[in-house]
Amino acid sequence: MAKKKNIGTVVYHVLVTIGAFIMVYPLLWMILSSFKPTNTILPTATQLIPTTWTLDNYTTGWKGFMGYSFATFFKNSFFISIVSTFGTLISSAFVAYSLQRLQFRMKRILFVLVLSTMMLPPQILMIPQYMWFRRLGWVGTYFPMILPYFFAIQGFFVYLIMNFIGGVPKELDEAAKIDGCSYYGIFFRIILPLITPALVTSAIFSFIWRWDDYLSALLYVTKPEMRPISLALKLFNDPSSGSDIGATLAMSTLSIVPATIIFLFFQKSLVEGIASSGIKG
Amino acid sequence: MNKKKLSFKQWAGQEHIAGYVFSLPFIFGFLMFMLIPMIMSLYFSFCKYDIQNPATFIGFKNYINIFQDKAFWKALKVTCYYALIGTPLKVIFALIVALILARDTKATPVYRASYYLPSIIGGSVAVAILWRRLFEPTGTINAILGIFFPGIRNFNWFGEGTAIWVLIILTVWQFGSSMLIFLSALKQISRQLYEAAMVDGANKWKQFWKVTLPLLTPTIFFNLVQQTINSFLAFTQSKLITDGQPKDSTLFYTLYVYKKAFPAMGKSQMGYASALAWIMLIIISLVTALLFWSRSKWVYEE
Repeated sequence: MAKKKNIGTVVYHVLVTIGAFIMVYPLLWMILSSFKPTNTILPTATQLIPTTWTLDNYTTGWKGFMGYSFATFFKNSFFISIVSTFGTLISSAFVAYSLQRLQFRMKRILFVLVLSTMMLPPQILMIPQYMWFRRLGWVGTYFPMILPYFFAIQGFFVYLIMNFIGGVPKELDEAAKIDGCSYYGIFFRIILPLITPALVTSAIFSFIWRWDDYLSALLYVTKPEMRPISLALKLFNDPSSGSDIGATLAMSTLSIVPATIIFLFFQKSLVEGIASSGIKG
Repeated sequence: MNKKKLSFKQWAGQEHIAGYVFSLPFIFGFLMFMLIPMIMSLYFSFCKYDIQNPATFIGFKNYINIFQDKAFWKALKVTCYYALIGTPLKVIFALIVALILARDTKATPVYRASYYLPSIIGGSVAVAILWRRLFEPTGTINAILGIFFPGIRNFNWFGEGTAIWVLIILTVWQFGSSMLIFLSALKQISRQLYEAAMVDGANKWKQFWKVTLPLLTPTIFFNLVQQTINSFLAFTQSKLITDGQPKDSTLFYTLYVYKKAFPAMGKSQMGYASALAWIMLIIISLVTALLFWSRSKWVYEE
Protein backbone atom coordinates (compact mmCIF):
# COMPACT_ATOMS: atom_id res chain seq x y z
CA MET A 1 0.00 0.00 0.00
CA ALA A 2 2.75 2.47 1.01
CA LYS A 3 4.70 1.50 -2.10
CA LYS A 4 1.72 2.06 -4.34
CA LYS A 5 1.27 5.51 -2.84
CA ASN A 6 4.94 6.34 -3.44
CA ILE A 7 4.71 5.39 -7.09
CA GLY A 8 1.61 7.52 -7.37
CA THR A 9 3.44 10.50 -5.89
CA VAL A 10 6.38 10.07 -8.24
CA VAL A 11 4.09 9.83 -11.27
CA TYR A 12 2.27 12.94 -10.06
CA HIS A 13 5.46 14.96 -9.75
CA VAL A 14 6.83 13.76 -13.08
CA LEU A 15 3.62 14.69 -14.92
CA VAL A 16 3.26 18.08 -13.22
CA THR A 17 6.91 18.86 -13.93
CA ILE A 18 6.50 17.98 -17.61
CA GLY A 19 3.47 20.25 -17.75
CA ALA A 20 5.36 23.08 -16.07
CA PHE A 21 8.23 22.61 -18.51
CA ILE A 22 5.88 22.87 -21.50
CA MET A 23 4.40 26.03 -20.01
CA VAL A 24 7.72 27.83 -19.60
CA TYR A 25 9.33 26.29 -22.69
CA PRO A 26 8.58 29.22 -25.04
CA LEU A 27 10.14 31.64 -22.57
CA LEU A 28 13.14 29.41 -21.94
CA TRP A 29 13.57 29.13 -25.70
CA MET A 30 13.56 32.90 -26.07
CA ILE A 31 16.00 33.50 -23.23
CA LEU A 32 18.45 30.74 -24.16
CA SER A 33 18.30 31.45 -27.90
CA SER A 34 19.26 35.05 -27.21
CA PHE A 35 22.67 33.72 -26.09
CA LYS A 36 23.25 31.77 -29.32
CA PRO A 37 25.10 33.23 -32.31
CA THR A 38 22.28 34.77 -34.32
CA ASN A 39 22.77 32.65 -37.45
CA THR A 40 22.51 29.40 -35.46
CA ILE A 41 19.19 30.20 -33.74
CA LEU A 42 16.83 28.82 -36.40
CA PRO A 43 18.99 25.86 -37.54
CA THR A 44 19.30 24.71 -33.90
CA ALA A 45 15.72 25.62 -32.95
CA THR A 46 15.04 22.28 -31.25
CA GLN A 47 18.14 22.50 -29.12
CA LEU A 48 17.48 24.49 -25.98
CA ILE A 49 20.98 24.97 -24.54
CA PRO A 50 23.39 26.95 -26.75
CA THR A 51 26.52 25.10 -27.92
CA THR A 52 28.49 28.34 -27.91
CA TRP A 53 27.39 31.11 -25.58
CA THR A 54 27.67 34.69 -26.77
CA LEU A 55 26.59 38.17 -25.68
CA ASP A 56 26.84 39.56 -29.23
CA ASN A 57 23.05 39.77 -29.59
CA TYR A 58 22.88 41.99 -26.53
CA THR A 59 25.60 44.37 -27.73
CA THR A 60 24.14 44.67 -31.25
CA GLY A 61 20.58 44.90 -29.97
CA TRP A 62 21.32 47.53 -27.34
CA LYS A 63 22.52 49.94 -30.06
CA GLY A 64 18.87 50.19 -31.08
CA PHE A 65 17.85 51.83 -34.33
CA MET A 66 17.49 55.22 -35.97
CA GLY A 67 20.10 56.70 -33.66
CA TYR A 68 18.45 55.78 -30.35
CA SER A 69 19.72 52.99 -28.16
CA PHE A 70 17.56 50.76 -26.00
CA ALA A 71 18.78 52.75 -22.99
CA THR A 72 16.44 55.55 -24.16
CA PHE A 73 13.49 53.19 -24.61
CA PHE A 74 13.97 51.56 -21.22
CA LYS A 75 14.32 54.95 -19.56
CA ASN A 76 11.03 56.08 -21.18
CA SER A 77 9.20 52.94 -20.08
CA PHE A 78 10.44 53.24 -16.52
CA PHE A 79 9.42 56.88 -16.41
CA ILE A 80 5.90 56.28 -17.76
CA SER A 81 5.26 53.16 -15.70
CA ILE A 82 6.55 54.52 -12.40
CA VAL A 83 4.83 57.93 -12.61
CA SER A 84 1.47 56.56 -13.77
CA THR A 85 1.60 53.81 -11.14
CA PHE A 86 2.25 56.40 -8.45
CA GLY A 87 -0.77 58.36 -9.69
CA THR A 88 -2.95 55.26 -9.74
CA LEU A 89 -2.06 54.32 -6.16
CA ILE A 90 -2.60 57.68 -4.53
CA SER A 91 -5.81 58.56 -6.40
CA SER A 92 -7.32 55.09 -6.06
CA ALA A 93 -6.60 55.04 -2.31
CA PHE A 94 -8.28 58.46 -1.92
CA VAL A 95 -11.41 57.39 -3.74
CA ALA A 96 -11.51 53.98 -2.07
CA TYR A 97 -11.38 55.64 1.36
CA SER A 98 -14.26 57.98 0.60
CA LEU A 99 -16.43 55.21 -0.85
CA GLN A 100 -15.69 52.76 1.94
CA ARG A 101 -15.68 54.98 5.02
CA LEU A 102 -17.36 58.35 4.49
CA GLN A 103 -21.08 59.12 4.18
CA PHE A 104 -22.17 61.61 1.53
CA ARG A 105 -25.01 61.97 -0.90
CA MET A 106 -23.40 60.95 -4.19
CA LYS A 107 -21.65 57.95 -2.73
CA ARG A 108 -23.84 55.22 -4.21
CA ILE A 109 -23.86 56.59 -7.72
CA LEU A 110 -20.11 57.12 -7.60
CA PHE A 111 -19.62 53.52 -6.59
CA VAL A 112 -21.73 52.36 -9.54
CA LEU A 113 -19.68 54.59 -11.85
CA VAL A 114 -16.43 53.16 -10.47
CA LEU A 115 -17.69 49.68 -11.27
CA SER A 116 -18.78 50.82 -14.72
CA THR A 117 -15.25 51.94 -15.54
CA MET A 118 -14.35 48.26 -15.42
CA MET A 119 -16.84 47.76 -18.26
CA LEU A 120 -15.20 50.53 -20.27
CA PRO A 121 -11.80 49.09 -21.08
CA PRO A 122 -9.10 50.97 -23.02
CA GLN A 123 -9.99 49.18 -26.26
CA ILE A 124 -13.49 50.69 -26.22
CA LEU A 125 -12.20 54.10 -25.19
CA MET A 126 -9.43 54.06 -27.80
CA ILE A 127 -11.25 56.09 -30.45
CA PRO A 128 -13.23 58.42 -28.14
CA GLN A 129 -10.17 59.29 -26.08
CA TYR A 130 -8.00 59.76 -29.13
CA MET A 131 -10.41 62.33 -30.59
CA TRP A 132 -10.62 64.14 -27.27
CA PHE A 133 -6.88 64.15 -26.56
CA ARG A 134 -6.21 65.32 -30.08
CA ARG A 135 -8.50 68.26 -29.47
CA LEU A 136 -6.62 69.00 -26.26
CA GLY A 137 -3.36 68.94 -28.21
CA TRP A 138 -2.02 65.97 -26.24
CA VAL A 139 -1.06 63.75 -29.18
CA GLY A 140 2.71 63.47 -29.30
CA THR A 141 3.09 64.03 -25.55
CA TYR A 142 3.15 61.67 -22.59
CA PHE A 143 0.01 63.30 -21.11
CA PRO A 144 -2.46 60.66 -22.39
CA MET A 145 -0.25 57.90 -20.98
CA ILE A 146 0.24 59.45 -17.54
CA LEU A 147 -2.30 62.10 -16.51
CA PRO A 148 -5.52 60.01 -16.58
CA TYR A 149 -4.00 57.60 -14.07
CA PHE A 150 -3.85 60.40 -11.48
CA PHE A 151 -7.66 60.39 -11.48
CA ALA A 152 -8.52 56.85 -10.37
CA ILE A 153 -9.91 55.86 -13.76
CA GLN A 154 -9.23 52.15 -13.24
CA GLY A 155 -12.12 50.88 -11.15
CA PHE A 156 -10.28 47.63 -10.57
CA PHE A 157 -7.78 49.30 -8.25
CA VAL A 158 -10.38 51.37 -6.39
CA TYR A 159 -12.36 48.19 -5.82
CA LEU A 160 -9.34 46.21 -4.68
CA ILE A 161 -8.30 48.88 -2.16
CA MET A 162 -11.92 49.36 -1.00
CA ASN A 163 -12.12 45.68 -0.10
CA PHE A 164 -8.92 46.01 1.85
CA ILE A 165 -10.04 49.11 3.75
CA GLY A 166 -13.22 47.21 4.57
CA GLY A 167 -11.04 44.81 6.54
CA VAL A 168 -9.55 47.56 8.72
CA PRO A 169 -11.48 47.72 12.03
CA LYS A 170 -13.73 50.78 12.19
CA GLU A 171 -12.88 51.21 15.88
CA LEU A 172 -9.53 52.62 14.80
CA ASP A 173 -11.27 55.45 12.94
CA GLU A 174 -13.56 56.09 15.89
CA ALA A 175 -10.70 56.18 18.38
CA ALA A 176 -8.76 58.61 16.22
CA LYS A 177 -11.84 60.81 15.85
CA ILE A 178 -12.28 60.98 19.60
CA ASP A 179 -8.63 62.04 19.86
CA GLY A 180 -9.48 64.96 17.58
CA CYS A 181 -8.22 63.55 14.33
CA SER A 182 -9.94 64.88 11.18
CA TYR A 183 -11.10 62.63 8.31
CA TYR A 184 -7.98 63.69 6.43
CA GLY A 185 -5.79 62.78 9.39
CA ILE A 186 -7.51 59.39 9.69
CA PHE A 187 -6.72 58.65 6.05
CA PHE A 188 -3.07 59.66 6.14
CA ARG A 189 -2.17 58.46 9.64
CA ILE A 190 -4.29 55.36 10.05
CA ILE A 191 -5.72 53.99 6.82
CA LEU A 192 -2.79 54.62 4.48
CA PRO A 193 -0.16 52.81 6.60
CA LEU A 194 -2.52 49.87 7.17
CA ILE A 195 -3.35 49.25 3.53
CA THR A 196 0.26 48.83 2.38
CA PRO A 197 -0.35 45.22 1.22
CA ALA A 198 -3.19 46.35 -1.08
CA LEU A 199 -1.02 49.17 -2.39
CA VAL A 200 1.84 46.76 -3.11
CA THR A 201 -0.49 44.45 -5.05
CA SER A 202 -1.93 47.37 -7.00
CA ALA A 203 1.53 48.75 -7.71
CA ILE A 204 2.65 45.44 -9.16
CA PHE A 205 -0.33 45.11 -11.50
CA SER A 206 -0.29 48.74 -12.50
CA PHE A 207 3.42 48.73 -13.23
CA ILE A 208 3.25 45.61 -15.39
CA TRP A 209 0.18 46.82 -17.31
CA ARG A 210 1.73 50.24 -17.98
CA TRP A 211 4.99 48.61 -19.01
CA ASP A 212 3.21 46.34 -21.49
CA ASP A 213 0.87 49.04 -22.79
CA TYR A 214 1.36 49.03 -26.52
CA LEU A 215 -1.92 50.58 -27.67
CA SER A 216 -1.39 54.03 -26.09
CA ALA A 217 2.19 54.19 -27.30
CA LEU A 218 1.00 53.34 -30.79
CA LEU A 219 -1.60 56.11 -30.71
CA TYR A 220 0.18 58.91 -28.90
CA VAL A 221 3.95 58.60 -29.29
CA THR A 222 5.11 60.31 -32.45
CA LYS A 223 8.76 61.15 -31.75
CA PRO A 224 11.35 58.35 -31.90
CA GLU A 225 13.13 59.55 -28.75
CA MET A 226 9.89 59.21 -26.75
CA ARG A 227 9.18 55.59 -27.62
CA PRO A 228 8.66 53.22 -24.72
CA ILE A 229 10.04 49.72 -24.89
CA SER A 230 6.79 48.13 -26.14
CA LEU A 231 6.64 50.27 -29.26
CA ALA A 232 10.40 50.25 -29.82
CA LEU A 233 10.54 46.48 -29.65
CA LYS A 234 7.76 46.16 -32.23
CA LEU A 235 9.52 48.49 -34.64
CA PHE A 236 12.85 46.82 -33.97
CA ASN A 237 11.35 43.51 -35.03
CA ASP A 238 9.93 44.91 -38.26
CA PRO A 239 11.62 43.67 -41.42
CA SER A 240 12.25 47.31 -42.42
CA SER A 241 14.71 47.80 -39.57
CA GLY A 242 16.90 44.83 -40.46
CA SER A 243 15.20 42.41 -38.07
CA ASP A 244 18.14 40.50 -36.64
CA ILE A 245 16.51 37.56 -34.84
CA GLY A 246 19.26 37.27 -32.23
CA ALA A 247 19.17 40.96 -31.35
CA THR A 248 15.36 40.94 -31.28
CA LEU A 249 15.24 37.99 -28.89
CA ALA A 250 17.91 39.59 -26.70
CA MET A 251 15.98 42.86 -26.38
CA SER A 252 12.70 40.96 -25.89
CA THR A 253 14.34 39.05 -23.06
CA LEU A 254 15.54 42.29 -21.45
CA SER A 255 12.06 43.78 -21.79
CA ILE A 256 10.47 41.07 -19.65
CA VAL A 257 13.14 41.28 -16.95
CA PRO A 258 11.31 43.89 -14.78
CA ALA A 259 8.01 41.96 -14.79
CA THR A 260 9.80 38.69 -14.10
CA ILE A 261 11.78 40.14 -11.18
CA ILE A 262 8.62 41.65 -9.70
CA PHE A 263 6.88 38.30 -10.14
CA LEU A 264 9.63 36.37 -8.38
CA PHE A 265 9.91 38.78 -5.45
CA PHE A 266 6.23 39.56 -4.93
CA GLN A 267 4.66 36.28 -5.92
CA LYS A 268 2.75 36.11 -2.66
CA SER A 269 1.15 39.55 -3.00
CA LEU A 270 0.26 38.82 -6.61
CA VAL A 271 -1.38 35.53 -5.82
CA GLU A 272 -3.31 37.02 -2.91
CA GLY A 273 -4.31 40.03 -4.98
CA ILE A 274 -5.75 37.90 -7.75
CA ALA A 275 -7.46 35.55 -5.36
CA SER A 276 -9.10 38.22 -3.22
CA SER A 277 -10.11 40.68 -5.93
CA GLY A 278 -11.18 37.81 -8.15
CA ILE A 279 -13.36 36.01 -5.66
CA LYS A 280 -15.12 39.08 -4.39
CA GLY A 281 -15.47 40.59 -7.85
CA MET B 1 -31.09 76.12 8.82
CA ASN B 2 -27.86 76.63 10.62
CA LYS B 3 -26.76 80.10 9.66
CA LYS B 4 -23.65 80.10 11.85
CA LYS B 5 -20.64 80.74 9.68
CA LEU B 6 -18.14 77.94 9.72
CA SER B 7 -14.44 78.55 9.42
CA PHE B 8 -12.86 76.92 6.38
CA LYS B 9 -11.30 74.29 8.57
CA GLN B 10 -14.63 73.44 10.17
CA TRP B 11 -16.36 73.44 6.81
CA ALA B 12 -13.80 71.14 5.20
CA GLY B 13 -13.81 68.91 8.26
CA GLN B 14 -17.44 67.85 7.78
CA GLU B 15 -17.90 64.24 6.78
CA HIS B 16 -19.74 64.83 3.54
CA ILE B 17 -17.30 67.51 2.43
CA ALA B 18 -14.39 65.16 3.15
CA GLY B 19 -16.25 62.54 1.12
CA TYR B 20 -16.40 64.81 -1.90
CA VAL B 21 -12.79 65.92 -1.47
CA PHE B 22 -11.52 62.34 -1.42
CA SER B 23 -13.66 61.27 -4.37
CA LEU B 24 -12.84 64.38 -6.37
CA PRO B 25 -10.08 62.68 -8.39
CA PHE B 26 -12.56 60.14 -9.66
CA ILE B 27 -15.34 62.67 -10.34
CA PHE B 28 -12.95 64.78 -12.38
CA GLY B 29 -11.30 61.79 -14.07
CA PHE B 30 -14.61 60.23 -14.98
CA LEU B 31 -15.89 63.43 -16.60
CA MET B 32 -12.64 64.26 -18.32
CA PHE B 33 -11.42 60.86 -19.51
CA MET B 34 -14.61 58.84 -19.88
CA LEU B 35 -17.81 60.83 -20.13
CA ILE B 36 -16.66 63.66 -22.40
CA PRO B 37 -14.84 61.32 -24.82
CA MET B 38 -17.82 58.95 -24.93
CA ILE B 39 -20.30 61.77 -25.61
CA MET B 40 -17.99 63.20 -28.25
CA SER B 41 -17.70 59.85 -29.96
CA LEU B 42 -21.47 59.34 -29.77
CA TYR B 43 -21.89 62.61 -31.65
CA PHE B 44 -19.19 61.80 -34.20
CA SER B 45 -20.69 58.36 -34.78
CA PHE B 46 -23.47 60.27 -36.60
CA CYS B 47 -20.93 62.20 -38.65
CA LYS B 48 -18.61 61.82 -41.53
CA TYR B 49 -15.32 62.76 -39.93
CA ASP B 50 -11.79 62.22 -41.22
CA ILE B 51 -10.10 64.19 -38.41
CA GLN B 52 -8.42 66.60 -40.85
CA ASN B 53 -11.59 68.35 -41.99
CA PRO B 54 -14.61 69.45 -39.95
CA ALA B 55 -17.22 66.77 -39.32
CA THR B 56 -20.46 66.74 -41.29
CA PHE B 57 -23.63 65.34 -39.74
CA ILE B 58 -25.00 62.38 -41.70
CA GLY B 59 -27.55 60.86 -39.30
CA PHE B 60 -27.69 57.08 -39.05
CA LYS B 61 -25.72 56.55 -42.21
CA ASN B 62 -22.62 55.10 -40.49
CA TYR B 63 -24.75 52.58 -38.63
CA ILE B 64 -26.65 51.61 -41.78
CA ASN B 65 -23.39 51.20 -43.68
CA ILE B 66 -21.88 49.10 -40.91
CA PHE B 67 -24.66 46.54 -41.16
CA GLN B 68 -23.98 46.22 -44.89
CA ASP B 69 -20.22 46.10 -44.38
CA LYS B 70 -18.82 42.61 -45.10
CA ALA B 71 -15.64 43.27 -43.11
CA PHE B 72 -17.74 44.18 -40.06
CA TRP B 73 -19.55 40.84 -40.13
CA LYS B 74 -16.28 39.05 -40.75
CA ALA B 75 -14.67 40.80 -37.77
CA LEU B 76 -17.66 39.95 -35.60
CA LYS B 77 -17.53 36.32 -36.69
CA VAL B 78 -13.78 36.05 -36.07
CA THR B 79 -14.12 37.63 -32.63
CA CYS B 80 -17.00 35.36 -31.63
CA TYR B 81 -15.13 32.29 -32.86
CA TYR B 82 -12.09 33.30 -30.84
CA ALA B 83 -14.16 34.06 -27.74
CA LEU B 84 -16.39 30.98 -27.97
CA ILE B 85 -13.49 28.56 -28.42
CA GLY B 86 -10.68 30.30 -26.56
CA THR B 87 -12.59 31.18 -23.38
CA PRO B 88 -14.03 27.76 -22.48
CA LEU B 89 -10.71 26.08 -23.30
CA LYS B 90 -8.89 28.52 -21.08
CA VAL B 91 -11.30 28.11 -18.17
CA ILE B 92 -11.29 24.31 -18.46
CA PHE B 93 -7.49 24.23 -18.51
CA ALA B 94 -7.38 26.56 -15.52
CA LEU B 95 -9.80 24.32 -13.60
CA ILE B 96 -7.99 21.07 -14.42
CA VAL B 97 -4.58 22.45 -13.48
CA ALA B 98 -5.99 24.01 -10.31
CA LEU B 99 -7.44 20.62 -9.27
CA ILE B 100 -4.09 19.00 -9.90
CA LEU B 101 -2.15 21.65 -8.00
CA ALA B 102 -4.61 21.72 -5.08
CA ARG B 103 -2.57 18.93 -3.51
CA ASP B 104 -0.08 20.63 -1.19
CA THR B 105 3.49 19.41 -1.68
CA LYS B 106 6.84 21.06 -1.13
CA ALA B 107 7.18 21.72 -4.85
CA THR B 108 3.69 23.22 -5.25
CA PRO B 109 4.79 26.90 -5.06
CA VAL B 110 7.31 26.29 -7.84
CA TYR B 111 4.70 24.52 -9.99
CA ARG B 112 2.17 27.26 -9.38
CA ALA B 113 4.72 29.90 -10.37
CA SER B 114 5.63 28.08 -13.60
CA TYR B 115 2.02 27.71 -14.66
CA TYR B 116 1.26 31.32 -13.79
CA LEU B 117 4.35 32.96 -15.30
CA PRO B 118 2.99 33.02 -18.90
CA SER B 119 -0.02 35.05 -17.72
CA ILE B 120 2.03 37.74 -16.10
CA ILE B 121 4.12 38.50 -19.18
CA GLY B 122 1.72 37.27 -21.86
CA GLY B 123 0.46 40.75 -22.68
CA SER B 124 3.89 42.03 -23.62
CA VAL B 125 5.17 42.85 -27.06
CA ALA B 126 8.08 40.49 -26.36
CA VAL B 127 5.73 37.50 -26.15
CA ALA B 128 3.90 38.56 -29.33
CA ILE B 129 7.21 38.70 -31.20
CA LEU B 130 8.23 35.38 -29.70
CA TRP B 131 4.93 33.77 -30.75
CA ARG B 132 5.35 34.94 -34.33
CA ARG B 133 8.86 33.46 -34.38
CA LEU B 134 7.82 30.16 -32.82
CA PHE B 135 5.08 29.50 -35.37
CA GLU B 136 6.98 30.58 -38.48
CA PRO B 137 7.35 27.85 -41.11
CA THR B 138 11.02 27.49 -40.17
CA GLY B 139 10.28 28.10 -36.49
CA THR B 140 10.59 25.98 -33.39
CA ILE B 141 7.08 24.54 -33.35
CA ASN B 142 7.50 23.00 -36.79
CA ALA B 143 11.02 21.88 -35.94
CA ILE B 144 9.79 20.04 -32.83
CA LEU B 145 6.67 18.61 -34.49
CA GLY B 146 8.86 17.59 -37.44
CA ILE B 147 10.71 15.15 -35.19
CA PHE B 148 7.47 13.21 -34.65
CA PHE B 149 5.63 13.99 -37.89
CA PRO B 150 8.16 14.61 -40.68
CA GLY B 151 5.34 15.65 -43.02
CA ILE B 152 4.65 18.80 -41.04
CA ARG B 153 7.91 20.59 -41.89
CA ASN B 154 7.37 24.02 -43.38
CA PHE B 155 3.68 23.87 -42.50
CA ASN B 156 2.30 27.40 -42.71
CA TRP B 157 0.55 28.13 -39.42
CA PHE B 158 -0.34 31.60 -40.63
CA GLY B 159 -2.59 30.26 -43.39
CA GLU B 160 -6.29 31.08 -43.50
CA GLY B 161 -7.60 28.20 -41.41
CA THR B 162 -4.92 27.98 -38.73
CA ALA B 163 -3.80 31.56 -38.07
CA ILE B 164 -6.64 32.08 -35.61
CA TRP B 165 -5.51 28.95 -33.76
CA VAL B 166 -2.07 30.46 -33.23
CA LEU B 167 -3.85 33.23 -31.32
CA ILE B 168 -6.19 30.83 -29.52
CA ILE B 169 -3.21 28.78 -28.32
CA LEU B 170 -1.62 31.99 -27.07
CA THR B 171 -4.64 32.97 -24.99
CA VAL B 172 -5.16 29.45 -23.64
CA TRP B 173 -1.48 29.39 -22.61
CA GLN B 174 -2.29 32.29 -20.30
CA PHE B 175 -4.76 30.45 -18.09
CA GLY B 176 -2.70 31.27 -14.98
CA SER B 177 -4.79 33.98 -13.34
CA SER B 178 -8.02 31.97 -13.69
CA MET B 179 -6.13 29.03 -12.24
CA LEU B 180 -5.13 31.04 -9.17
CA ILE B 181 -8.73 32.12 -8.65
CA PHE B 182 -9.81 28.46 -8.81
CA LEU B 183 -7.06 27.43 -6.41
CA SER B 184 -8.15 29.90 -3.78
CA ALA B 185 -11.80 28.87 -4.21
CA LEU B 186 -10.82 25.21 -3.79
CA LYS B 187 -9.09 26.04 -0.51
CA GLN B 188 -12.32 27.52 0.82
CA ILE B 189 -14.33 24.34 0.37
CA SER B 190 -14.77 22.84 3.82
CA ARG B 191 -13.10 19.47 4.44
CA GLN B 192 -16.15 18.37 6.39
CA LEU B 193 -18.15 18.20 3.18
CA TYR B 194 -15.71 15.67 1.74
CA GLU B 195 -15.69 13.70 4.98
CA ALA B 196 -19.47 13.60 4.97
CA ALA B 197 -19.47 12.48 1.35
CA MET B 198 -16.94 9.77 2.17
CA VAL B 199 -19.13 8.49 5.01
CA ASP B 200 -21.97 8.28 2.49
CA GLY B 201 -19.73 6.11 0.35
CA ALA B 202 -18.96 8.59 -2.42
CA ASN B 203 -15.74 7.83 -4.25
CA LYS B 204 -13.33 10.53 -5.49
CA TRP B 205 -15.10 10.82 -8.83
CA LYS B 206 -18.49 11.26 -7.21
CA GLN B 207 -17.06 13.74 -4.70
CA PHE B 208 -15.82 15.85 -7.56
CA TRP B 209 -19.17 15.91 -9.37
CA LYS B 210 -21.37 16.25 -6.30
CA VAL B 211 -19.26 18.47 -4.01
CA THR B 212 -16.36 20.22 -5.72
CA LEU B 213 -17.94 21.18 -9.02
CA PRO B 214 -21.23 22.62 -7.68
CA LEU B 215 -19.34 24.67 -5.11
CA LEU B 216 -17.00 25.97 -7.81
CA THR B 217 -19.76 27.15 -10.16
CA PRO B 218 -19.70 30.76 -8.86
CA THR B 219 -15.95 30.86 -9.56
CA ILE B 220 -16.41 29.26 -12.97
CA PHE B 221 -19.01 31.91 -13.69
CA PHE B 222 -16.71 34.73 -12.63
CA ASN B 223 -13.84 33.43 -14.76
CA LEU B 224 -16.12 32.94 -17.76
CA VAL B 225 -17.42 36.51 -17.58
CA GLN B 226 -13.98 38.00 -17.14
CA GLN B 227 -12.31 35.95 -19.87
CA THR B 228 -15.18 36.37 -22.35
CA ILE B 229 -14.97 40.14 -22.07
CA ASN B 230 -11.20 39.95 -22.45
CA SER B 231 -11.47 37.86 -25.61
CA PHE B 232 -13.93 40.27 -27.13
CA LEU B 233 -11.42 43.04 -26.57
CA ALA B 234 -8.27 41.26 -27.78
CA PHE B 235 -6.12 43.71 -29.67
CA THR B 236 -2.36 43.84 -29.10
CA GLN B 237 -1.58 40.22 -29.81
CA SER B 238 -3.55 40.04 -33.05
CA LYS B 239 -2.23 43.41 -34.20
CA LEU B 240 1.33 42.29 -33.63
CA ILE B 241 1.22 38.64 -34.61
CA THR B 242 -1.06 38.49 -37.66
CA ASP B 243 -2.33 42.06 -38.20
CA GLY B 244 -5.68 40.53 -39.17
CA GLN B 245 -4.18 38.49 -42.00
CA PRO B 246 -4.58 36.38 -44.04
CA LYS B 247 -7.80 37.44 -45.79
CA ASP B 248 -9.14 39.01 -42.57
CA SER B 249 -9.24 35.56 -40.94
CA THR B 250 -7.80 37.03 -37.71
CA LEU B 251 -9.38 40.45 -38.01
CA PHE B 252 -10.50 40.99 -34.42
CA TYR B 253 -13.19 43.55 -33.87
CA THR B 254 -11.01 46.05 -32.01
CA LEU B 255 -8.37 45.69 -34.70
CA TYR B 256 -10.98 46.50 -37.32
CA VAL B 257 -11.98 49.62 -35.37
CA TYR B 258 -8.33 50.63 -35.22
CA LYS B 259 -7.85 50.09 -38.94
CA LYS B 260 -10.85 52.25 -39.79
CA ALA B 261 -9.60 55.06 -37.57
CA PHE B 262 -5.93 54.78 -38.47
CA PRO B 263 -5.70 53.18 -41.92
CA ALA B 264 -2.27 52.38 -43.34
CA MET B 265 -3.35 54.16 -46.51
CA GLY B 266 -6.12 56.60 -47.32
CA LYS B 267 -8.28 58.76 -45.12
CA SER B 268 -9.22 58.12 -41.52
CA GLN B 269 -12.89 57.27 -40.93
CA MET B 270 -13.24 58.46 -37.35
CA GLY B 271 -17.02 58.76 -37.52
CA TYR B 272 -17.36 55.20 -38.76
CA ALA B 273 -14.89 53.96 -36.15
CA SER B 274 -16.85 55.75 -33.42
CA ALA B 275 -20.02 53.99 -34.51
CA LEU B 276 -18.14 50.68 -34.49
CA ALA B 277 -16.91 51.35 -30.95
CA TRP B 278 -20.47 52.06 -29.77
CA ILE B 279 -21.75 48.87 -31.37
CA MET B 280 -18.95 47.00 -29.60
CA LEU B 281 -20.00 48.45 -26.27
CA ILE B 282 -23.58 47.34 -26.88
CA ILE B 283 -22.44 43.84 -27.89
CA ILE B 284 -20.31 43.45 -24.77
CA SER B 285 -23.15 44.64 -22.57
CA LEU B 286 -25.50 42.15 -24.23
CA VAL B 287 -23.05 39.27 -23.85
CA THR B 288 -22.50 40.14 -20.20
CA ALA B 289 -26.25 40.40 -19.63
CA LEU B 290 -26.71 37.02 -21.31
CA LEU B 291 -24.09 35.43 -19.07
CA PHE B 292 -25.74 36.93 -15.99
CA TRP B 293 -29.14 35.73 -17.17
CA SER B 294 -27.76 32.19 -17.53
CA ARG B 295 -26.36 32.42 -14.01
CA SER B 296 -29.50 31.26 -12.23
CA LYS B 297 -29.68 28.21 -14.50
CA TRP B 298 -26.40 26.60 -13.50
CA VAL B 299 -24.63 28.51 -10.77
CA TYR B 300 -24.99 27.00 -7.31
CA GLU B 301 -26.04 29.49 -4.66
CA GLU B 302 -25.55 28.76 -1.01
